[in-house]
Amino acid sequence: MIRLRWMSATGPVPRLHVVTGKGGTGKTTAAAALALALAGTGRRVLLAEIEGRQGIAPLFDAAPLPYAERHLAAGLDGGEVFGQAVDADEALLDYLTMFYRLGSAGRVLRRFGAIDFATTIAPGLRDILLTGKLKEAVSRTESGRMAYDAVVLDGPPTGRIVKFLNVTVESGRLAKTGPIGRHSRSVARLLHSSLTAVHLVTTPAAMPVQETIDAHDELEAADLPVGHVILNKVVGSGTVDVTAEQLRDGLARSGLPADEDAVAALLAEYRTGQDEIAAIDAHRDRLERLGRPVDELALLPEGVDLSGLYDLARTLRRSTGGLRRSPLRPGAAPEGVRDAQ
Amino acid sequence: MRSDLDVDRLLADDGKHVIACCGSGGVGKTTTAAALALRAAERHGRRTVVLTIDPARRLAQSLGMEALDNTPRPVEGPEAGSLDAMMLDMKRTFDDVVASHTTPERAAEIFANPFYEAVSSTFSGTQEYMAMEKLGQLRETGRWDLIVLDTPPSRSALDFLDAPARLARFLDGRVIRLLSASTPGSRRSMLSVMGASAAVFTRVFNKILGGHLLTDVAEFTASLEDTFGGFRRRAEATFRALQDDQTSFLVVATPEPAAINEAMYFSRRLTEERMPLDGMVLNQLTPVRASMSAERCLGAAASLEEGDPDSPVAAVLRTHADLARRRAAEERVAARYGAACPEIPQVWLPKAGAEVVDLAGLRAFAGRAVRRDGED
Repeated sequence: MIRLRWMSATGPVPRLHVVTGKGGTGKTTAAAALALALAGTGRRVLLAEIEGRQGIAPLFDAAPLPYAERHLAAGLDGGEVFGQAVDADEALLDYLTMFYRLGSAGRVLRRFGAIDFATTIAPGLRDILLTGKLKEAVSRTESGRMAYDAVVLDGPPTGRIVKFLNVTVESGRLAKTGPIGRHSRSVARLLHSSLTAVHLVTTPAAMPVQETIDAHDELEAADLPVGHVILNKVVGSGTVDVTAEQLRDGLARSGLPADEDAVAALLAEYRTGQDEIAAIDAHRDRLERLGRPVDELALLPEGVDLSGLYDLARTLRRSTGGLRRSPLRPGAAPEGVRDAQ
Repeated sequence: MRSDLDVDRLLADDGKHVIACCGSGGVGKTTTAAALALRAAERHGRRTVVLTIDPARRLAQSLGMEALDNTPRPVEGPEAGSLDAMMLDMKRTFDDVVASHTTPERAAEIFANPFYEAVSSTFSGTQEYMAMEKLGQLRETGRWDLIVLDTPPSRSALDFLDAPARLARFLDGRVIRLLSASTPGSRRSMLSVMGASAAVFTRVFNKILGGHLLTDVAEFTASLEDTFGGFRRRAEATFRALQDDQTSFLVVATPEPAAINEAMYFSRRLTEERMPLDGMVLNQLTPVRASMSAERCLGAAASLEEGDPDSPVAAVLRTHADLARRRAAEERVAARYGAACPEIPQVWLPKAGAEVVDLAGLRAFAGRAVRRDGED
């Protein structure tokens, strides 16, 4: 099992990493970088998305992800990252096959619009199927060892994360009997245990930071395990002061336009940048008061390409203290996970 | 910069009664909606209401309100025209729909069903239905001549368009009839209608869901049928109204690949559905003031640093180079939209230094949207 020093020192190490954030903060990028960082030598990590956006594949310059898990990329030290786009319709059929050996009845269900039923009437049922599928991936064993050392989910945005993770609590309450009820309760146990960590991605701006703090409080109130805060798209620039005079001289010496307009424009940009840095410090302070580790990822000026993604993964690994390994215990499924088999 | 969308003309057009701001999460839909609504009231004297879905607290505060709720409240500020603001409370809206379509006894029965609780408050997807319902209600009152609509923070902008149809499909669906028919006592009629395979279906669902849930759902749908029938007709009428030219759709995006792709999908769908898409708002562009190229600046910075590794002038040049590179990358991404949807006018909005926290901020935001021949 993989161990990160930054994860809780006591209790089991998280194996399900749910990454959430306000839209536009880069949670897909952060989830992908985290998966690469977790995939150290000999490790297998599953990176899953559930919203049908196909946001992961383009980051890896890969074809759209299928429902079946597929090898996606090499991890940082030669581990493996697998990718998967979990789809509720397929998950329902899977589920039925798994529990009822349905065969042709599955086709009947399709014909009768049962799939529609699942995804229409009860988007909640959809979330039940999706979280159930994740739990299956977390607890699956293959030839005597865990199939994945970690599962990273590019999760729903902060506005819906508690609803999503808590749907099984609701359904466990609604479906008092039957496998869905039982299954829901066992998924709810996993999601509320220290085997799960919900990481919050934010950019250094007031609204995303506020949403992060709100989501943090909601997660805590719902007794869901919060992991790290990832402060994304952090800009860096010089903090030294400069006068218009110095700038004019410097520009002239470099053979660059040194007219008044150029000097004023450059100064305005630089000062805005300095203000931004001051603002980032203030946002970081607020986030640190949550009492969770705060990791920082730099804004990549040209957008995120594959090499940029590996850079971010290295940063995450560095800032989070690197990987500490513990001997692999073959077939050792953590308690509370096994019962999904 | 490409800015050929005439925002003021759109806001002043008294033939337009609904402006819907759509796009993926985090692109600034709510801020855009609030800023446009404010300008429509102040500059064009329109009686305006902005229906927000899930405004950040600071945005509610920027409209001069501690917390918005399900009833439109006047915003202090505009002298000409008027502006009201509200936030969709989907549970309360759902309750209102039920209460207004059925008898008090029946309503009480529905409210008491545990499944109703789940559908009206927990399950995602209800928000879109309720936004549509609220829009219909606001139109009906005739109190406003312009409704500016923010759309739910869905997984996809398309959800907003698909929700009413999905609701109709659900209510007309064979599955739901099966469920309604599978309440105790009506088993035989179900079998005769659906045949033997339905029995397989019911058995499987009973097994998966547990007897309780199925009964709850069946009772829920049976008792909601009259209510939902009315609601569905309204939702369909509202949806159709979105197709007429009293409505304007604006798709909002940021210059990032995912947001631009979403904007492209959404624009194509609107065109297919013959919905009036009037423009694209590109938010959060990196503002660049100086015109020197990134390459020249980086070269100059490198030679300055040879003499003085901490050269402040080099720091200034590197800052500019970073901005210029960011902006160039953003414009490359944004160009994809222009290529895919060449006929849709756009307005590009560079990020302002400070975030919007008050009416002045909203005014400035709208001001940037109407400035022509864009300088940053």
